[in-house]
Amino acid sequence: MAKEKYIIELRNLTKSFDGVKVVDSINLKIKENEFVTLLGPSGCGKTTTLRMIGGFEEPDEGEILFEGKLLNPVPPYKRNINTVFQRYALFPHMNVFENVAFGLRIKKLPKDEIEERVEKMLRMMDLEKFGKRHVDSLSGGQQQRVAIARALVNEPKVLLLDEPLGALDLKLRKEMQIELLDMQRSVGITFIYVTHDQEEALTMSDTVVVMNEGHIQQVGTPEDIYNEPTNRFVADFIGESNIIEATMLEDRKVMFDGRVFDCVDTGFGTNVPVDVVIRPEDLQIVTDPEKGMIRGTVTSVVFKGVHYEMLIENEYREYMVHSTLMFPEETQVGMNVQPFDIHVMKKEGYG
Amino acid sequence: MKRMRILAYPYSVWMAIFIVVPLILVFLYSFTEGDIRNLAQLKFSTRSYERVSEPIYLKVIVNSFILATLSTLFCLALGYPVAMIVARANPKVRSMLLMFLIVPMWMNFLLRTYAWMSILSPNGFLNRLLEFFGLPRLEIMPGKTAVLLGMIYNFLPFMILPIYTVLSKIDKQYLEAASDLGANKTRTFFKIILPLSIPGVVSGITMVFLPAVSTFVISGLLGGGKTPLIGDLIEQQFMWEGNWHFGSSLSIILMVMILISMAIMSRIDRDGKQDENGHAKA
Ligand SMILES: Nc1ncnc2c1ncn2[C@@H]1O[C@H](COP(=O)(O)OP(=O)(O)O)[C@@H](O)[C@H]1O
Ligand SMILES: [Mg+2]
Repeated sequence: MAKEKYIIELRNLTKSFDGVKVVDSINLKIKENEFVTLLGPSGCGKTTTLRMIGGFEEPDEGEILFEGKLLNPVPPYKRNINTVFQRYALFPHMNVFENVAFGLRIKKLPKDEIEERVEKMLRMMDLEKFGKRHVDSLSGGQQQRVAIARALVNEPKVLLLDEPLGALDLKLRKEMQIELLDMQRSVGITFIYVTHDQEEALTMSDTVVVMNEGHIQQVGTPEDIYNEPTNRFVADFIGESNIIEATMLEDRKVMFDGRVFDCVDTGFGTNVPVDVVIRPEDLQIVTDPEKGMIRGTVTSVVFKGVHYEMLIENEYREYMVHSTLMFPEETQVGMNVQPFDIHVMKKEGYG
Repeated sequence: MKRMRILAYPYSVWMAIFIVVPLILVFLYSFTEGDIRNLAQLKFSTRSYERVSEPIYLKVIVNSFILATLSTLFCLALGYPVAMIVARANPKVRSMLLMFLIVPMWMNFLLRTYAWMSILSPNGFLNRLLEFFGLPRLEIMPGKTAVLLGMIYNFLPFMILPIYTVLSKIDKQYLEAASDLGANKTRTFFKIILPLSIPGVVSGITMVFLPAVSTFVISGLLGGGKTPLIGDLIEQQFMWEGNWHFGSSLSIILMVMILISMAIMSRIDRDGKQDENGHAKA
């Protein structure tokens, strides 16, 4: 039954700025200790959603529940929620130690307990040598760790993180992703994480919430989102893919490029226009064009480090294919795709 | 960049003629006696400094400091909340409030002080108003209270404006972060807003204290000569008594005291920042 316990629930949450609905009737349930990521392009309303949960923005409509109780009227300083702000917002007149100790001092905890918890937090974040340093003298990565330490030391039930790794370079970002994940697992705190980086969302989250223009497009595990995007927007936003206009002839039969493919999707009806997604790595190239379901000519080859990215053109469209084998330009090839790698989506919403 | 320095020459010359030379002369006169028009026959003497230490003059100096300190404190107590209100107002109201603050400053300083005279004088506006309501009259002018009121009125904008500037520049994200970490409005004020506004407070205090400690017009007009301040004394020596040596000594002493006050203020400004840093050590 523990699974049914939701720590945060958003019901029809709506917010407009200057008459534009920035967040539009969002419904979301977040379980305890879940790592939930709001993913979407810049300006889609992720920060605004997070700020409403934190209490810094008042919803125009809708409810926010915290452990089943209405959170809307509770001021931010009384919410058992802490935030890692997009621009860190470290206090410029305090050193690292004092920044981290702030929340505990506000709670008027005994001095030695504050000292102990802050020191422990600084150690956990690899900051033990920086306690007396001024926050302005730290690098972006260090400031970001101070911001996380300052929030986590309060042991909130929910931690909100707004693109916390956005300012870091790629290598540091990867390291911090792992550290954050470890931390979330070990302290057992619900994370609500905002990012516009789909790779980050997929590697870190238990649940990904894909947003666009104030609406939730899809909620699911990273695997769901990647493998079974519900619409063109999600498919397009989550990594590179081939999105094909097709016709669902009947259950498990879809037609495009002038032929019928077996697939595993059902329930779309008969002769319905649909979109089909095939990931570039799910297309297998065969040298003999006659042995492929789809035939085409290689028009471009780019080496991407782990694989080659090739564009293969036929009379209907251009396919993007990822393969560890290289086929030079102008080669005639065939391509095969497994039925379960053909993802059929309803045509709606996006595009 | 080097060529740009040429542009500073006229200013340097200006400074030399109108600031440095007079300063040297004042310094010279303060340590000498004799005919001020004949520099060659001036004799070294500390007599005018000795005169400063006579009780009646010491009292004037102490009085000046007390009045200047009081008016600075009142300006701070009144000015900080006003600065806060202005900084928090929405843009339209804010520019209107700023206008109210700045426009009176365009009026001549003397004129404003005369206006206060007509309000505070024994048969002035204030007493007529009190009479109208059947209340007892107030005999505050001429006197210290009137001088204090005049100082507060004249110098208040110099307290409000620097504090307002600093307050309006405090990034809202710090307030949100404090509230996120559990601080209510009061605690956010004392832990975040107040410490971050110290530079504005320091420059406000400096900008009020300096003119207040050296003023002579306000005390002359509103104090009616009953409570002369060091500024009045200096004016008297140069303009009426013709004792430039004594006037110079008084000026030098005033200057030294101002410099000491300023050094203390900048110390507080710096310590304010270091204190928060050093907090962890305690
Ligand atoms: N305080 C505000 N006033 C007016 N418009 C705002 C405000 N905050 C956000 N917006 C607008 O709302 C939209 C969504 O913003 P935001 O939630 O920050 O998006 P995201 O975090 O997904 O990039 C943007 O178009 C932004 O310009
Ligand atoms: Mg954002």
